[in-house]
Amino acid sequence: MGGAARMYWLMAVAGFRRWSTYRQAAFAGLVTNIVFGFLRCAVLVTVFEGVSEGSGRVAGYDPAATFMFVWVGQGLINVVLLWGGTELAERVRSGDVAIDLVRPWNLQAALLAEDLGRAAFAVLIRFTVPMAVGLLAFDLRLPSSPLTWAVFAVGTLLAVVVSFGVRFLLNLTAFWLLDWRGTLGVYMAVSAPLAGLIVPIGMFPDWARVAIWCTPFPAMLQAPADLLIERGPAPLLLAHQLGWAVVLLLAGRVVLRRGERTLVVQGG
Amino acid sequence: MADAPVRARLAAYRRLAGAAVRAQLAYPGSFALQCVGQALAQAGDLVAVLVLFGHITAMAGFATHEVLLMYGIAGIAFGLADGVVGQLDGLPTYIRTGALDALLLRPLSALGQLCASDIALRRLGRIATGLVVLVYALVEADITWTAPRIVLAVTAPLTGAVVLSAVWVVACSVCFWVVEGRELANSVTYGSSMFTAYPLGVFGPWLRRLMGFAVPGAFVAYFPTLALLGKPDPLGLPALLQWSSPVVAALAVLVAGGVWRLALRHYQGTGS
Repeated sequence: MGGAARMYWLMAVAGFRRWSTYRQAAFAGLVTNIVFGFLRCAVLVTVFEGVSEGSGRVAGYDPAATFMFVWVGQGLINVVLLWGGTELAERVRSGDVAIDLVRPWNLQAALLAEDLGRAAFAVLIRFTVPMAVGLLAFDLRLPSSPLTWAVFAVGTLLAVVVSFGVRFLLNLTAFWLLDWRGTLGVYMAVSAPLAGLIVPIGMFPDWARVAIWCTPFPAMLQAPADLLIERGPAPLLLAHQLGWAVVLLLAGRVVLRRGERTLVVQGG
Repeated sequence: MADAPVRARLAAYRRLAGAAVRAQLAYPGSFALQCVGQALAQAGDLVAVLVLFGHITAMAGFATHEVLLMYGIAGIAFGLADGVVGQLDGLPTYIRTGALDALLLRPLSALGQLCASDIALRRLGRIATGLVVLVYALVEADITWTAPRIVLAVTAPLTGAVVLSAVWVVACSVCFWVVEGRELANSVTYGSSMFTAYPLGVFGPWLRRLMGFAVPGAFVAYFPTLALLGKPDPLGLPALLQWSSPVVAALAVLVAGGVWRLALRHYQGTGS
């Protein structure tokens, strides 16, 4: 058991080191995240135009909380890899996945460990820098207690696991589909608005809000952001995340088992 | 590089684009889904506009239909630009693998070949979303129709597409210096997609200067919308600007051509 734990730990370290080598790409991505942070702040703050000075709140957000929401969101995009990724799908298509499957490990657990390592590096650069820019340029609502940061850390960890769970399932569709770009395209299109990246889900009309919270998407971004700005009951938000994390990981396990049986590797 | 006659060159581009289109239609189911994905991706800012207008009655001095008019023009313009020059995002791969050398050896412009052979038909989804919203907004918004305004309503999305394409070419030229610069380019290309969909007054002064004029995003949808509505600019900018998008588009193309040629001259290949 100790040996297995050590192996997954090494996978996490490998994930961290692998991503830390793409520095130029990380810098270029940061610039985009920051530009969009400024654009989103400008657009979202128009929601307060009609609100009288005194009350100053829409759906529980005041301008400071809204700005904080935007910058946390911009920081989390690359921690949770909101746009997905197709590495596993490409290994399924090429047949390389056969090698992954015969290794003495649980493939899902190994990839999750690697993804957590990747996310840890993303927190260091892709989360911290946009947050720092937001802090310098805007009046952000900061947590009232240091405990909030700890709760946020747990929420972010769960957000990465939920996002991994969804991405793993999405990649597994390659066992059945020759061309998965269509499914990925639709996922990329719906993940941003449903995760709360474009407008906080609290600002949606009631019917849409309820429907969106029934999906795993808010667990990736809206939930950790709300934990940090102390909006809504933390235990409920964490429970939503934990519930989806368990469901998605179990579903991934079942689907991988079925996919393994359909795999045919061509050639010698 | 010997120049082939215009007709032969056009035929060559047509064959390149035709091959690209056939390749994309090889998996019809996946292609249809990609179009749906693009239509939904374009709808992201539409969701934002509609949700925000659930709480407000005017955004920087513009009513819902007026903002939707802007969004529609911007959406079609971006979809067209993304479909034709958007695949320049793949330029780093051409540079890294040396595939660009092959293009440079042919008697056709490298830019033309890149665009024709990577034309992205799935962007029709984006254009469809923009078109539906534009038609709806044109009907609902209170427009006094005159001949010049009719011409403007039809040409504004096309002019906007030219402006955004020029921006795309300039932004992607950066990849000749910073090979991993694809995402850097995204900040002005996809950034413009968002910026052009909203009234200029939503953004602060330096964002207006940067994304509205240095990157000429204000001329894509904002000024044409003011001209269509016959609305004085809430920011008090000269009325002449409202009809000046075609001139700006022409200037942008000249600048983009110059930057692209400069970048190509800088290209030295990737070694053996």
